[in-house]
Amino acid sequence: MTDTLIKTIFGRLGLESFPIHEPILLGTFIVVALLGLSIVGAIAYFRLWGYLWREWFTSVDHKKIGIMYVILGIIMLLRGFADALMMRAQQAIAFGGNEGYLPAHHYDQIFTAHGTIMIFFVAIPLVVGLINYVMPLQIGARDVAFPFLNNLSFWLTAAGAALTMLSLFVGEFARTGWLSYAPLAGLDYSPDTGVDYYLWSLQIAGVGTTLSAINMVATIVKMRAPGMTMMKLPVFCWTALCSNVLAIAIFPALTAAFFLLMMDRYVGTNFFTNDRGGAPMMYWNMVWIWGHPEVYVLVLPAFGIYSEITSTFTGKRLFGYSSMVYATVVITILSYLVWLHHFFTMGAGPAVNSFFGIATMVISIPTGAKIFNWLFTMYRGNIRFELPMMWVVAFMLTFVVGGMTGVLLAIPPADFVLHNSLFLVAHFHNVIIGGVVFGLFAAIVYWFPKAFGFKLDPFWGKVAFWGWVIGYWVAWTPIYVVGLMGTARRVRHFDDPSFQPYFVIAAIGALIILVGILGFVMSIVMGFVKREKLRDTTGDPWDGRTLEWSTTSPPPAYNFAFTPVVHDLDAWYDMKARGYERPASGYRPIHMPKNTSAGVIIAGLSFTLGFGMVWYMWWLAALSFIALMIVAVGHTFNFKRDFYIPADEVARTESKRQRLLGMEA
Amino acid sequence: MSTHSLHVASDGNRGHGRRSYWTGCALAVILTVIPFWLVMARPLHDPGWTAAIIFALALVQIVVHVVSFLHLDTQSEEGWTLLAFLFTAVIVILTIGGSVWVMYHLNTNMMPMP
Amino acid sequence: MTDRALNTQESAITWHHLDQEDHDHGGGATILGFWIYLMSDALIFASLFAMFGVVSTSYAGGPVPRQIFDIPLVALNTALLLASSITFGQAIPHMEAGRLSSTRRWLAVTGLLGAAFVGVELYEFAHLIAEGAGPQRSAFLSAFFTLVGTHGAHVTVGLIWIAVMLVQIGQNGLNGEIKRRIVCLSMFWHFLDIIWIGVFNFVYLYGVIR
Repeated sequence: MTDTLIKTIFGRLGLESFPIHEPILLGTFIVVALLGLSIVGAIAYFRLWGYLWREWFTSVDHKKIGIMYVILGIIMLLRGFADALMMRAQQAIAFGGNEGYLPAHHYDQIFTAHGTIMIFFVAIPLVVGLINYVMPLQIGARDVAFPFLNNLSFWLTAAGAALTMLSLFVGEFARTGWLSYAPLAGLDYSPDTGVDYYLWSLQIAGVGTTLSAINMVATIVKMRAPGMTMMKLPVFCWTALCSNVLAIAIFPALTAAFFLLMMDRYVGTNFFTNDRGGAPMMYWNMVWIWGHPEVYVLVLPAFGIYSEITSTFTGKRLFGYSSMVYATVVITILSYLVWLHHFFTMGAGPAVNSFFGIATMVISIPTGAKIFNWLFTMYRGNIRFELPMMWVVAFMLTFVVGGMTGVLLAIPPADFVLHNSLFLVAHFHNVIIGGVVFGLFAAIVYWFPKAFGFKLDPFWGKVAFWGWVIGYWVAWTPIYVVGLMGTARRVRHFDDPSFQPYFVIAAIGALIILVGILGFVMSIVMGFVKREKLRDTTGDPWDGRTLEWSTTSPPPAYNFAFTPVVHDLDAWYDMKARGYERPASGYRPIHMPKNTSAGVIIAGLSFTLGFGMVWYMWWLAALSFIALMIVAVGHTFNFKRDFYIPADEVARTESKRQRLLGMEA
Repeated sequence: MSTHSLHVASDGNRGHGRRSYWTGCALAVILTVIPFWLVMARPLHDPGWTAAIIFALALVQIVVHVVSFLHLDTQSEEGWTLLAFLFTAVIVILTIGGSVWVMYHLNTNMMPMP
Repeated sequence: MTDRALNTQESAITWHHLDQEDHDHGGGATILGFWIYLMSDALIFASLFAMFGVVSTSYAGGPVPRQIFDIPLVALNTALLLASSITFGQAIPHMEAGRLSSTRRWLAVTGLLGAAFVGVELYEFAHLIAEGAGPQRSAFLSAFFTLVGTHGAHVTVGLIWIAVMLVQIGQNGLNGEIKRRIVCLSMFWHFLDIIWIGVFNFVYLYGVIR
């Protein structure tokens, strides 16, 4: 009787679900708990909870949401990188008789969590956050098209991340690789909570990403400043548009694949099972329809970042703007035609493999065109080698190698040799670190003064730069080599000791990257310490060319007191060249959306819904779902969603700015 | 919030919109009845032809519904809705066609049926 | 166009003073945003159709479509949903003209037809499961139940939305915000009818003749 009662209340959650017998996890848990408690306590001590809740958590301001996305991404980067260090340490010592320090059960969770977190909770939040912050400013808008939806999207992503993090201490995470291939991820082979945590956290975060993508596309299409035709749209906004269009096109496939796998696991259907007509390969097919375009969702905005920075720091208009735009659009469409190259070896036969192999190689053409555009922009330009520009050059040198190994892998016969080897792993880290991560760091250094009013500390910024660039090459070159020699991925222990030196070098590389990460954190800390010296009073610290530099750093809540009128591609450069005059009077009240707590509540309920489903606490899941529907419907009964910033407040803010500018002159 | 952008459904040509709606209703009914009749009464004995005809009619009916009920035309939202629709149609064809093509080859190559 | 000389209109305006009307946030983008949402939802259905297409003959020795599909029942359901689409079309001109009670009446009729559709579908599902042709029986039946059930779940969400709109029309009358919501709801409803065209042709009718 009590047994059934406990089962009903706690589902399959029991005392044995907590990893009290695993010293590594227990230690991590104690550290995280102490750190978390001290942060919570500190915030309470300084009475900041109210401020955070009112000004940040419930905010619908695209700038604050963008910053929260970036903070989420950086925190999750630390978690994902800790996983990476553990893997490198294990592989560096586990040779011959030495079993290493991680049991297989734990090691498998680590590589799964590392991949899942790095793509879904690091790369996506950082890219979405930067688009959120910069894009509305670049198009001269006051906010995104759907400000509340933006807040909800962020919190859904955060809820997914929280659910993944929770799996570290309550139950366990998936042991199935970052895409959880069927039939391994089916109930027959993975009966515990890992895959359920995986599915629910990614499903919740995926809804957020899709909604955010819809929001961004509607914003770019509908809210551009007067005069900004599509061919005067800044390149970063073009890449943001294509990236989000692609996200809308692909996330449904992932949602459907996960949904069907959930049906298999919860209802007992036979989509991806081995018997009763199931088609496990269809899971691979659907997941890669999402998966390959997803890397372009991430890298296209990075290409936009490189374009903006190259043009700003060479003091030149971007070479071949229209070819850049067409290349971006072509990549968007082609990226949807290549997914099968992830399973060439599964026996689709020559006709299918040739089609997808050739389509994959064709993508390198528009990408190569972009590289030449950046080179020609730099050619005979007046290049200022400040940090963002250094990241761009490091990107070009690193990414081209990754692109070429990609073309190599696109050849089906070569892929038959290299499939699932560490060569492949080195390839995609080469393009993701060299393409996406370098771009994100360049962007953070470049736009940080816009968001906070002071530059990052340049010395520690250079430490971060060299740590990442040198660390990348030291860590991944040996992996390319052992991969080419046939070492398989996701392996915990090696028999052949002759490979050990390569893995030791790789581990040293990972430690150099750690220096880069710490340098990045220090550049923020030291930037804050020296903020008076690094202060930007002009709003235009890099001599920029696009509209975000025409407002203050940080921008006022309403971005622009008067909407700018665009006459040229580099709108702000054009204004400066023509000798603009800022209107000093005639301010009007500005219409703004109101903050709301509905987003936090809905995301919180999604979190408990996911938790209830993972642990088979059906009452909790049902209750959360009903509450979620009630809150969502209830929110539609709230019609008082906007307010006006009075004209005299606008005038006060603007005149303060004029004074600062006067001091500068 | 502002109210000026509401007239998606009729955009100033109310009469035209209603005419398109009634034409759409009539066509929708006809295009629904024919495939059911083809399958229930079996006037054609060849299932291949029956299938081909109902597939073609389904595609026509989808276009009819999109034009008459969702009011898709070249002008609404400066053509963005049409562009989004065409892009989606391409992706739908790639997803369904590509998956069936790929999985057919995987099945025939890897799981020879007795 | 990239190397065009700097704009020569030295006096061209740089900041827009009268921007309150044409450059505001929100409102104007709702219809387009909702349209894009529908496109992404269409792609979820495309994935489910693809899944169905791949396993549509994986009967695993279980029942085949000819034995379990009741085509007259499907015809009834199709008629109900098509009729509801037409009645929603009736509500729109009343809404545009601001006629409160006729708008609500046509919306209510649409909701009743939709509820009947969901009822028939639930009856069909219960009947199949009772016959031993449930979603666990074979991959074909898994895909059938999931595809048709996902459509049915969408219709149910549409029914809740209709109920909410009936209340909100009563509370607020037909103001701009409410009208915009009804336009979005109508797009959602017609969209579900379009998905159903795919379901009845490709799943049911093609199923029984192959």
